[in-house]
Amino acid sequence: MTDRLILGIESSCDETGVGIVRLGPDGAMELLADEVASSVEEHARFGGVVPEVASRAHLEAMVPTMRRAVEKAGIELRDVHSIAVTAGPGLAGALLVGVSAAKAYAAALGKPLYGVNHLAGHVAADTLQHGPLPKRCLALLVSGGHSQLLLVEGLAEKITEIGSTVDDAAGEAYDKVARLLDLPYPGGPPIDKLAKQGNGCAIAFPRGLTGPRDSKYDFSFSGLKTSVARWVEKQERAGEEIPLADVAASFQEAVADVLTAKAIRACKDLGVDTLVISGGVAANSRLSGLAAERCAEAGLELRVPRPRLCTDNGAMIAALGAHLVAADAKPSSLDLSTTPGLPVTTIQIL
Amino acid sequence: MLVLALDTATPAVTAGVVELTPDSPPRLLAGRVTVNSKAHGELLTPHLLEALEQAGHVLADLDAIVCGSGPGPFTGLRVGLVTAAALGQALNRPVYPVPTPDAIALDAATGRPLLVATDARRKEVYWAAYDAAGRRTDGPHVDRPADLVGKLPAVSDAAGEGAEIYADVIGLPVVEARYPSPVSLVAVAAEELLAGARPAALTPLYLRRPDAVEPAGRKRVTKA
Ligand SMILES: [Zn+2]
Repeated sequence: MTDRLILGIESSCDETGVGIVRLGPDGAMELLADEVASSVEEHARFGGVVPEVASRAHLEAMVPTMRRAVEKAGIELRDVHSIAVTAGPGLAGALLVGVSAAKAYAAALGKPLYGVNHLAGHVAADTLQHGPLPKRCLALLVSGGHSQLLLVEGLAEKITEIGSTVDDAAGEAYDKVARLLDLPYPGGPPIDKLAKQGNGCAIAFPRGLTGPRDSKYDFSFSGLKTSVARWVEKQERAGEEIPLADVAASFQEAVADVLTAKAIRACKDLGVDTLVISGGVAANSRLSGLAAERCAEAGLELRVPRPRLCTDNGAMIAALGAHLVAADAKPSSLDLSTTPGLPVTTIQIL
Repeated sequence: MLVLALDTATPAVTAGVVELTPDSPPRLLAGRVTVNSKAHGELLTPHLLEALEQAGHVLADLDAIVCGSGPGPFTGLRVGLVTAAALGQALNRPVYPVPTPDAIALDAATGRPLLVATDARRKEVYWAAYDAAGRRTDGPHVDRPADLVGKLPAVSDAAGEGAEIYADVIGLPVVEARYPSPVSLVAVAAEELLAGARPAALTPLYLRRPDAVEPAGRKRVTKA
């Protein structure tokens, strides 16, 4: 068997991504192109992603992004073996642009289509950098849209959600706290930068859902965001200066502490020795730093893909598609539906 | 020449294969249309493949693609445009956008001045006006039916689903042409198609801004 080229299309939120992965006969994967067009700046003044603005941007960006990816990979579209596309979860109107385009490419090229799960794609992204995953591993997905703990027993076979946020996603908490501190959107990078000059132990912000009777693997960030707001307001009312760097560092410490503590506990409870952290918040320096410390202590292997692979992109979808092709999965039908609330257990929609 | 016509600006998911020659009006070889405002994404590609198969052709036989550019409800409208754009890129064929009401006006063709109105939801219609020769003289715009009556140039008839829904407000005789047909979509672009003209940008006619509100000042997360 020769090399197969897998095309991945992503449009579930505010990034239009097209990735191309070369799948070798032995299952090895090589990333040939990873082009992304982002509408993040158009959402900045609204303080969050506006679905209709994102959908409009996807329509404009789809063909140019595809053109750039094909050029970057140095291939012709007709050489593609199969096409994978995010079918969910995500914003309904945004998903529909990518899936409609993917169907048209599949029809025009006469190639099989795979409608796949965005969350599984985030985990698959790591295999582009660090190679195949062990038989069982735990994945912590953290971004503006998701905060989940997943037990991964084969990317093409079985993924189980063992915990998730009961309210805000971790990245959402960053955005909200950033607004509170008059920092720009998205909030992750500016808070991370500011936190480096502050003391993470300065203010004892609460750790959500860590009581003895709380759900072991679920997260809650809404209370944390509220207590940051209360603390800031109390200082203001008292006419005190707000130590912005300490607030940022203490907030960030609370997020990283809860995320890593729960992930490591889950690894121990489930008897897995590898933790993968992916999603936009994985690029956060305190989260990856604390995870590295605690994984080393616990004797766990930590895998964090480079930031470019952590955020939403087409490469992760191409990687997941390559896993499905390698596992001889059946292609999806061309009347495939998008599913905004797709559970992670459904790796592919037929 | 062989032309694929697509439109998703109305509840009708429309795909048709049309033959176009310089000497005769466009001729429908096969078409698939389903009226379902929630299934554009599911049905459009299967529909166009079925139409091609019934016409005895494959995608590679196409010379060009024509796609309705709206106005229409955004989510559905984008399905047609992104499908047409991706097909055009993958097949290396030109894609011509045509305003959807222009195609409906051709279908209605009463020989008298005409209003075309389609359903814009939220109790509004997308509308355009045409003279007796079928040339667009106004629009497309989006308005409440009662408001459009005041803005409307003198017309004798009305067509389109919006004209049917709000017939009692608009008060014009309704001609049966609810959705754009594949033949009319091609007819609107016939001159450009036959001349091999460079297509216009494939830009949707949204007519409305996205619903989004800029937050005012710092957001209080507590009720202080
Ligand atoms: Zn994501």
